[in-house]
Amino acid sequence: MSESSRGGIEVEALVREFKNGPRAVDGIDLEVAQGEIYGFLGPNGAGKSTTVLMLTTLLPPTAGTARVGGYDVVGEGPQVRATIGAALQEAALDPLLTGREHMRLQTALHGLAKRERETRGNELLERVGLAYAADRKVGGYSGGMKRRLDLALALAHQPRILFLDEPTTGLDIQSRTALWEEVARLASEDGVTVFLTTQYLEEADALANRVGIIDHGHLVAEGTPTELKAEIGRPTVEAIPRSADDRERMMAVLGRFGEGAGSSPRAVAVRLEGGESQLAEVVRALDAEQIAIEHLQLHAPSLDDVFLAKTGRSLEGADEQAAEPETGETEAVASA
Amino acid sequence: MSGSLRNQVGQLAHRSVLRTLRQPAQIVPAIVFPMFLLAVNAGGLKDATSLPGFPTDSYLTFILAVPFLQGALFSVMNSGTDLARDIETGFLNRLALTPLRGAALLSGLLAGAVVLGLVQAVVYLSVGLIAGAELAAGAPGALVLVLLSVTITVAFGTIGLFAALRFGSGEAVQGLFPVFFVFLFLSAMTLPLDLLTTDWFHAIASVNPVTYLLEAIRSLLIEGWNVGQLALGFAIALAIGTIGMAAASSALKTRLVRT
Repeated sequence: MSESSRGGIEVEALVREFKNGPRAVDGIDLEVAQGEIYGFLGPNGAGKSTTVLMLTTLLPPTAGTARVGGYDVVGEGPQVRATIGAALQEAALDPLLTGREHMRLQTALHGLAKRERETRGNELLERVGLAYAADRKVGGYSGGMKRRLDLALALAHQPRILFLDEPTTGLDIQSRTALWEEVARLASEDGVTVFLTTQYLEEADALANRVGIIDHGHLVAEGTPTELKAEIGRPTVEAIPRSADDRERMMAVLGRFGEGAGSSPRAVAVRLEGGESQLAEVVRALDAEQIAIEHLQLHAPSLDDVFLAKTGRSLEGADEQAAEPETGETEAVASA
Repeated sequence: MSGSLRNQVGQLAHRSVLRTLRQPAQIVPAIVFPMFLLAVNAGGLKDATSLPGFPTDSYLTFILAVPFLQGALFSVMNSGTDLARDIETGFLNRLALTPLRGAALLSGLLAGAVVLGLVQAVVYLSVGLIAGAELAAGAPGALVLVLLSVTITVAFGTIGLFAALRFGSGEAVQGLFPVFFVFLFLSAMTLPLDLLTTDWFHAIASVNPVTYLLEAIRSLLIEGWNVGQLALGFAIALAIGTIGMAAASSALKTRLVRT
């Protein structure tokens, strides 16, 4: 077994079919190298979690092969489980146990020697910032604390590969950022391979070395976030007229600069065929038509644009992401 | 049992006991409800002792066997709902990702039922004796009674585990409670088997295993040492436990499809 296959993931033509239903995963191929953070991006129901369940041996594939850490997920399930750690969708914790009791149970079930259990548990609780709440029942933890404990539990037996299924869903931005930092540190300092599913664009963008976009069970795009955005190439300008009556005229003016893009109902958005240098021309053209602008934004191509280009629709929840200024893609903002 | 299996059972048993002790809502109804019914039955049906052939003058002593079975029914609910919750929350998946063996999971989960069974048996017997019930088998009989009660509680607990694994929902497990209560009512709960004169009722009660569990407990309270009835009671409890455990193991294999 090569060094890279020992810490990586290799998937070939993986399929999962459910009775009387469509193929949740329909022949995906992917490779994740050791120490890489692979972002698996897609809307709800795209097949992300089903893929994770198969790669973590909790669901047998209908067809295809997958090797995790060099082991076949069908024929070598116990070896795969010994190699991986997983924090699956929804932090699966017992509200009646404390954080420390969770760590004791997890380390013991993974067969750590008695003297190691306490040390490892304390070390991980400290690392995820939960030492102060270690003896509190988990039922009283916040969503962020639960997710951090979930991550600590997944690391109990020092896995080489970590699966995180939508680890930050429902978390506030502070908890989300703290979790990102820890995941990034695991990959860069400890060489842990991370397979991360998410429906948050900025999560994939900020964290992943490479991104795979899945839709209806198919892998529709794969590459580094930069590569994927470069494929789309053109930035989007989005403007809101001061008067709603001017929206039609604004659409006509902006239409001269490129094809339409998705926008909020009050706004007009187009992909600038000539790139961001056209922004000044756009402003001049609107001014020449005497259309007063309430708000004007230039968006660099985002992973949502990539998703839109590859699937013909916008990724669910993308609007919410755009509403968060600290993580947005906005390069220039002008208000008239 | 290998060291690793023993360790796994021990860890899960510890969790199960902690969970049980931290949920007063599991313990209190399992103790209060049977005691309430004991008081009602002992007061309302005491004239039954004047029936020819009734085995004791104290209806309280006769009916004291019933709470042990009612308590065991709560064990179906408690062990089943705990496991169903683990399935619903994904905790079972977390356990499945460890080298945990199925046998360890089921045995560990029943540890909570053992604790609950023990507490219930001691409380029921103490309350009964304080209220004036007799214990013909004396102090050693009390130990055997507690042991039998715990065995029945664990046996019924396996049915709860099976239901949870088969249906995967706490509501489905709770739905079993009335079904089991019907079993209790269609047994020699309020009268000895040979005094049940309605043919269909007698026929059902005589094939209902609950009747023989009740009779085993009653033998200790009323007669002293009836080895035959005790052996039959233990055998039925063990048979229920064995069948329940086999069914639960099979359902666990279906539920945990890990490769």
